[in-house]
Amino acid sequence: MSLQILELVLVTIFSAATPLVIAAIGELVTERAGVLNLGVEGMMITGAAAGFAVAILTGSSALGVLGGMAAGVALSSLFGVLVIFLAANQVATGLALTILGTGLSGLIGAGFIGLKREATAHLSIPLLSDLPLVGKLLFGQDFFVYAGWALVVAVAWFLTKSRAGLTLRAVGENHASAHALGIPVRRIRFLAVLFGGACSGLAGAYLSLAYTPFWAPGMTGGRGWIALALVVFASWRPVRAFAGALLFGGATVLQLHAQAASLGVPGQLLTAVPYLATIIALVVLSLRRRRGSVAPASLGLSFVPER
Amino acid sequence: MRIDLEARSAPSKVIEFCAPLLALCAAVLIGGGCIALLGKSPVDAFSVYFVAPLAEIWSLQEVAVKAGPLILIAIGLSFCYRANLWNIGAEGQFVMGGLAGGMIAIATFDGAGQGVFGSFWILPAMLIAGTLAGLAYALIPAILKVKLGVSEILTSLMLVYIAEIILDYLVRGRLRDPKGFNFPQSVPFDDVARLPFLMEGERLHGGILLALLAVAIAAVVMRRTLFGFDVRLVGSAPKAARFAGFSDARVTLAVFAISGGAAGLAGVCEVAGQIGQLQPVISPGYGFAAIIVAFLGRLQPVGILIAGFVLSLTTIGGEGAQISMKVPLDMTRAFQGILLMCVLAADVFTRYRMRISFGGRA
Amino acid sequence: MTSPTPAGAPALIAMRGIVKRFGEFTANAGIDLDIVAGEAHALLGENGAGKSTLVKILYGLLEPTEGEIRLDGRPICFEDPEAARAAGIGMVFQHFSLFDNLTVAENIALVLPRGEKLAGLGARIEAVTKRYGLKLEANRPVWTLSAGERQRIEIARCLLQDPKLIVLDEPTSVLTPQEAETLFATLDVLRAEGRAILYISHRLEEVRRLCNRATVLRAGRVVATCDPREQSARALAAMMVGSHIVDVRAKPADAAGPERLRVEQLSLPAEDMHGVCLVDVSMQVRAGEVFGLAGIAGNGQDELFAALSGERLAAQSGAVRIDGISVGRDNITLRRQYGAAFVPEERNGHAAAPDFTLSQNVILSRHATGGVTSGAFVDLPAARALARDIIKDFDVRASGADPAARTLSGGNLQKFLVGREISRNPSVLVLNQPTWGVDASASAAIRQLLIDLARQGSAVLVISQDLDELFEISDRMAVIHDGRVSQALIARNTTREEIGLLMGGADMTKAIHAH
Repeated sequence: MSLQILELVLVTIFSAATPLVIAAIGELVTERAGVLNLGVEGMMITGAAAGFAVAILTGSSALGVLGGMAAGVALSSLFGVLVIFLAANQVATGLALTILGTGLSGLIGAGFIGLKREATAHLSIPLLSDLPLVGKLLFGQDFFVYAGWALVVAVAWFLTKSRAGLTLRAVGENHASAHALGIPVRRIRFLAVLFGGACSGLAGAYLSLAYTPFWAPGMTGGRGWIALALVVFASWRPVRAFAGALLFGGATVLQLHAQAASLGVPGQLLTAVPYLATIIALVVLSLRRRRGSVAPASLGLSFVPER
Repeated sequence: MRIDLEARSAPSKVIEFCAPLLALCAAVLIGGGCIALLGKSPVDAFSVYFVAPLAEIWSLQEVAVKAGPLILIAIGLSFCYRANLWNIGAEGQFVMGGLAGGMIAIATFDGAGQGVFGSFWILPAMLIAGTLAGLAYALIPAILKVKLGVSEILTSLMLVYIAEIILDYLVRGRLRDPKGFNFPQSVPFDDVARLPFLMEGERLHGGILLALLAVAIAAVVMRRTLFGFDVRLVGSAPKAARFAGFSDARVTLAVFAISGGAAGLAGVCEVAGQIGQLQPVISPGYGFAAIIVAFLGRLQPVGILIAGFVLSLTTIGGEGAQISMKVPLDMTRAFQGILLMCVLAADVFTRYRMRISFGGRA
Repeated sequence: MTSPTPAGAPALIAMRGIVKRFGEFTANAGIDLDIVAGEAHALLGENGAGKSTLVKILYGLLEPTEGEIRLDGRPICFEDPEAARAAGIGMVFQHFSLFDNLTVAENIALVLPRGEKLAGLGARIEAVTKRYGLKLEANRPVWTLSAGERQRIEIARCLLQDPKLIVLDEPTSVLTPQEAETLFATLDVLRAEGRAILYISHRLEEVRRLCNRATVLRAGRVVATCDPREQSARALAAMMVGSHIVDVRAKPADAAGPERLRVEQLSLPAEDMHGVCLVDVSMQVRAGEVFGLAGIAGNGQDELFAALSGERLAAQSGAVRIDGISVGRDNITLRRQYGAAFVPEERNGHAAAPDFTLSQNVILSRHATGGVTSGAFVDLPAARALARDIIKDFDVRASGADPAARTLSGGNLQKFLVGREISRNPSVLVLNQPTWGVDASASAAIRQLLIDLARQGSAVLVISQDLDELFEISDRMAVIHDGRVSQALIARNTTREEIGLLMGGADMTKAIHAH
């Protein structure tokens, strides 16, 4: 019995962590290339609206997922052109992207409020999915959860083991040197930004197609910002970002359970837990790492090659 | 295709002036395109958004009412952004200012606690409390940045959510009007706790005067004082600022205090002027819209004054469009995002000349 | 003008009529250059003569506005450096194009042609480094390496691709004289293998020792070609500058005056993991003298400068004294008020704000000592007047009445910044690399100003990696290495070799001519 409850809690933690993992991995790649995209929240919510809209219109979750990712890519390409090719300020442009994305999601989702869909299917393998404790956790999740795991592994491999990953890191480390060696700095950065956009869109689609299978304005509730904080918290390492996301997923679940158990703390105030936890995580991290920084050295800086 | 940027030897004054106008035109065109996509007439929309609000006295007043907080907050933010520090949590500081000021009004409701001092002190006390609350709330990310090196961007934003939750909680709980039929709102403030109205119709309140005052003060401080020089230097060349003997920690704290104080003051003006009581939500996103105002005004005080009215116009227009054309209110938000992007893109031309080449090498 | 090709050998590289314009500025105005296999060809010229632009064009980094490049007689057009590398052109940059947080092997892997496997790279690196005697550890991160080691990475990176031509941009500026000798030996081997070398340097003695042909640029044009071995260094300098350079009047210091700057057992932890910590630094600079502090870049010069200026504070206030006053815990503004003045290395971004006008840049340091402020307000007219005076008195060439700092050339901006500090007659003046990247005539003018200031009774401390400069102006010298400062030596009693050994880290306590 208690094993079942534990399994349930773990499954909830993993599903709460999934959008954070996916969005954080995307942003991590973007930042490793030296670009700070603060528009994750905007891309995510547009991805949620677009994903849901496409899924309703076509009746296909798969197309919905693609729609969400396409929305993220479209917004991030806008961002990329501005900050990479026009050398616009990355912080301000990222904010603009969030504002635009929030508005756009409202426009896209306006006709879909109140509609419901079945949540995307969960994997079901006879025997394996019924294993105690780990059955549902490992073999009974939906597509997004597995996609998140695959992303973590793939990106971790890509950054440390592949030639392309090495080039990407070099661009984020020192764009002037990279340019002097003939590495196409701006092209690589643009691709990294698009990847980040696709991931944010995917994370958004998860929210509206699987996590709470309907569209509601503002449904990302700051998860994009938390994903940004996760990247810092993870010191720009994929596996740590995954661990961090689980911690946040845990905090969210804890908050839900505390609310249910009515611990004397007003439920409304408990909704502040994820945000407070983000601040605390950033503070704890900075206490642990006072000297030096592991951030990519060119993060947030514009690069204008002379030709 | 390749885009090459060539740095200009000196920023062109003409282009610097034209860039925001160009950006506004571009954003209007893109916005018109979006409206057409929604199946509405862009020409009608243009008149609803930009012409109709200017046609009548009451809607003009409305524009000024909404421009007040936008200008006040943006003036404060311009200090931060000039110093290359990113306070994006003005929305939270606005809420905290409104909450603190509102709590004084609620505490003195119906003559309570006025005793021998009478009631003349209530409004000033509210304004001061609101300013201080916004200031203190903005100092949280500033101190974390200075002492621990925590990114001010993320902390200031997270604090917005927390402020909104606190306000919501209090208005539904302790601060709720006991005779309010369980509606989540406070008692209506006494007249002595309200900002005086400037015109007939009980719309335009004294908040706009405070905004104008802030513009004037900011103009002098930025251009004429050593502090203004300091702020601009920290933003433009931080290492040179250290060489000049300015402390980045002090500047960080100061600009966050200024922007938080301004946002807090705007917040208390909103509850003491426009709303007249505390509600679960007191800001229609002023704190974020003010970021656009700050950039559209090129971080210059007079520019911000103009930009505040422009943005307010689109907000009022957006409300009109929702009623008369059934255009969702989100259109305004999307338009504002497009506008900010256009402003940032146009900014490039003040610093660089652009050369676009197609195909192979010329 | 075509260069005399030795023995009529066909040119490996022929650049014809190369023109490069940046906006209204013409960096190269029709340059012809031939390079033959197996030769060491020097490219000489002042800062701003167009050398860097020309080699960047050769390496595919910049696209020429006009002109043609031929490789082995065939016209070529490099789309990017990768194409240039594939065609056999290697480049060793002056400011190394390395990545601090990546390992040696990763830095090298980055330039391998697309599609080449990373497997076996370690073995190939080892083979090349062994063959040319370049000591390198493949798995060390770059930030832990010295300047000499970093240069070896760049060279190994070139050699791995078996280049026909190796371009070296100011390769010895960061090396000790002894390390430079090792580099020359490597270059001799490469030449013997039939590779051509294009050698950019402003150190004329080196060029005379190493190169068999020289092309001299001035203002974007070729003004001479010659065999440098047949010319005196003086004659080469005259070709570069186009006129005779005035020698700095270096009349010997009078009997040294009272001590004005004293550093005593100053220690400072590194600011970050790439920084250097200062260990027990002690020195005294007296009124009337120029004190030269030699050292290779990155040995604690910036940290020492920050500790002297007050941009970083010492643990003890007695660690730094100005005219007897303990200022170790005082900020830079107070130190300025006690009479000290400072000129940091980086002109744009540290000494000056590039986007600020000259008059605003006057306020930047002079607000400490008055005259440009009244109360909390800045006095813009006074600052403008002061900027005008500095421009006039120190012969600064600037366009417009009050232009932005970044629009000035390196030499003119440096004259302005030195003038900004000297014009208030400081009792102590500390400069870091005062003539780095400054043209010859401005350098000479600045050196003269420093000597004149010292002779009027100020104490002048010059931190520099240019030994020629230090020997020209210093009364006493010391060396900074790995955050430690050697004992002071009397400049005229010491030799380049001795200083060179100390720069390379020879035991500091054994300095012979201790003062």
